[in-house]
Amino acid sequence: MQNPNVHVVKSSGASHGSLGSYIVGFVLSVILTIASFLIVTEHGMATSTAIAVIAALALVQVVVHLVCFLHMNASSQQKWNVMAFGFTVMTAVILIGGSVWIMHNVSINMMSR
Amino acid sequence: MLQKTISLDLDDDHSAHHHPESHSVFGFWLYLMTDCIIFATLFAVFAVMSHQFAGGPTAKDLFEIKGVAIETAILLVSSITFGFGMLCAHRGNKQALLFWLAVTFLLGLAFIGLEIREFSNLVAQGNGPDRSAFLSSFFTLVATHGLHVSLGLIWMVILACQVLAKGELTEKTLRRLTCLSLFWHFLDVVWICVFTFVYLASVA
Repeated sequence: MQNPNVHVVKSSGASHGSLGSYIVGFVLSVILTIASFLIVTEHGMATSTAIAVIAALALVQVVVHLVCFLHMNASSQQKWNVMAFGFTVMTAVILIGGSVWIMHNVSINMMSR
Repeated sequence: MLQKTISLDLDDDHSAHHHPESHSVFGFWLYLMTDCIIFATLFAVFAVMSHQFAGGPTAKDLFEIKGVAIETAILLVSSITFGFGMLCAHRGNKQALLFWLAVTFLLGLAFIGLEIREFSNLVAQGNGPDRSAFLSSFFTLVATHGLHVSLGLIWMVILACQVLAKGELTEKTLRRLTCLSLFWHFLDVVWICVFTFVYLASVA
């Protein structure tokens, strides 16, 4: 169905994937999403365990989307995309982790929690 | 700038399908990364505020997981229908591209409709963004995502009009479609984090 020789557009930093990659991504996403919802709605676990598991599932699903839908890969063509993404992830981790850490300490010291 | 890319391209590209390489998709990728930071900031705010109920209703009282599941399903399906559209676009199949764009548009519209209904229900019950810090951060985060989806829908209509107006699918149109597809899939990635960390983690 997909002819690999047809490259109508040549843009740096973008490949357009194949039917297979979209199907694989979609099936994996459906499985991961349903798993997340079932874990929460079926009340099988302790709250902290459930949150840890759905966070892990979300992380896997984000990677699936990046690879299958946003077509991120390790090719040299994508080098700068991946590098910018890595920097963004680092910034986001510092931003979210730092905020939660600092505000948690504030709450403890202010005895508001 | 344009001349530079063209001359560079003449030097190193002798393939049968000859087109000057554009950097606009990479530029758009960088924009998406800055958008990522905006969402990261809003997620950080929600993480900090998610237990500040001000004596008001908690997440467990307010969130309807069934509605969120439907929204999630709609957005997920719209992602793959846009993917099918892009595959058709790269094969130069205009009719199929327009069909998949229309399907994606309707799914996006359904998503926005459900979100507006959820928001208006909350506000009607007196649980608007002014009720508590938790609700302020919830509305800011989820509405920012909804605003992005709405702008994506407007963009989709404009691109569909361009595809209709021009005879052949030009390289420029394909590049714009590629940017929109990145935008659309990116919003799906953000929604994964929203349904996991905002909805599911709050009611777990």
